[in-house]
Amino acid sequence: MGYTFQFETVLQDWPQFLRAAWLTVRLSALAMTFGLIVGIISALARAYGPTWARWVAATYVELIRNTPFLIQLYFVFFALPKFGLRMNPNEAALLAMIVNLGAYSTEIVRAGLEAVPAGQIEAGRSLGLTRFQIIRLIMLMPALKAVYPALTSQFILVLLGSSIVSAIAAEELTAFANTLNSRTFRSFEIYTIVAVLYIAMAFGFRAVFAGVHALVFPRRA
Amino acid sequence: MLREFGWNEVLYLVLAARWTVLLSLTAFAGGSIFGLALALARLAPWRPVRLLAAVWIQLVQATPMLLLLLLLYFGANMVGWRIDAWMAAAIAFTLSTSAFLGEIWRGSIQTVPKGQWEAARALALSYSQLMRMIIVPQAVRIALPPTVGYMVQVVKGTSLAALIGFNELAKAGTQMNTVTFEPVSVFGCVALIYFALCFPLSMLAKHLERKLHVGSLRIQAL
Repeated sequence: MGYTFQFETVLQDWPQFLRAAWLTVRLSALAMTFGLIVGIISALARAYGPTWARWVAATYVELIRNTPFLIQLYFVFFALPKFGLRMNPNEAALLAMIVNLGAYSTEIVRAGLEAVPAGQIEAGRSLGLTRFQIIRLIMLMPALKAVYPALTSQFILVLLGSSIVSAIAAEELTAFANTLNSRTFRSFEIYTIVAVLYIAMAFGFRAVFAGVHALVFPRRA
Repeated sequence: MLREFGWNEVLYLVLAARWTVLLSLTAFAGGSIFGLALALARLAPWRPVRLLAAVWIQLVQATPMLLLLLLLYFGANMVGWRIDAWMAAAIAFTLSTSAFLGEIWRGSIQTVPKGQWEAARALALSYSQLMRMIIVPQAVRIALPPTVGYMVQVVKGTSLAALIGFNELAKAGTQMNTVTFEPVSVFGCVALIYFALCFPLSMLAKHLERKLHVGSLRIQAL
């Protein structure tokens, strides 16, 4: 064995570690926001849309959920340029993450929508609420509140899964770790630090989610 | 363009899927053994054991799968333990699968109502009888759908082994893309093969869920 850990050589680059981690945070936060929007639209389409919209949404969900994220990422990065959609690695990574999370959150949001009693929607109608008000206040808010825990654990998986985008040389945390690894060969130290950073980011996101929950779904007195 | 993307190339990809299947089965077999141990440890009557198992599971679940792979593959070789990509992948996927399966199974065992345990004890069943005749049959019923569902995650997860150079389906796809420059057909085909492996499992999980009338405990991953 005779291996001596040398965290100092690696930690010299800590500003770059933090910069790369920050990109991971930004990518994940953007993917969570837009992925949820895609999920809500597609869940509404799947639950209440016309037949063709239900079909499109169902196919989208099944295709994404039954293929690996890595392949989706490769498809976005390598194949979409053939259709004239050229992106840099970070943009491709973000798009793939949004498309992926959109499919998973569709299923989660749909489960919440199904739990809304039909009587409440009818009650909303008889109170003269507009269609948009019914969707927002009576269907979406209670549905999102009910599935919030499932949604946030899926969000954490997006954060962890963002490491995969290093495969197309985006500049986030894992990609930076790989570069640093090939320069210093201090694999154990580098990947340990990075693992700790991911765990820390996961805790950070959890704290933010708890705050958002308190803000968006305040407990009624 | 070095070669056309034709039937031979499709066949090459299909054959590469063997390694995906083999890696998935290895991870699932290893993950089942250690997962069961972890589930039992989480329910053990000794507090330190429970705590240790819980912390271990949390750590493994909070670390990105790719990082586990990189840590094992590069880390082990660095400290003088020579392992190849296959070994690193098998160990890493076993680690993560066991952590997730362990939690699914612990949940399933705990869902069996407490009254069942007490009734069995009141009937003076021995511990092995209690487990064999009362708890396990009910727990398996609850655990089966999410376990099958998790197999889908295992199959998809094995694609990450491509990133440490293990030559399975995803890796074969990138190689084929390099020589044919036809990413649409190549990755479309790769995606289709993964879909053919995963979709039946997803359907089976859904079917079991409906048939056994149990709530979904499914754990999702990328």
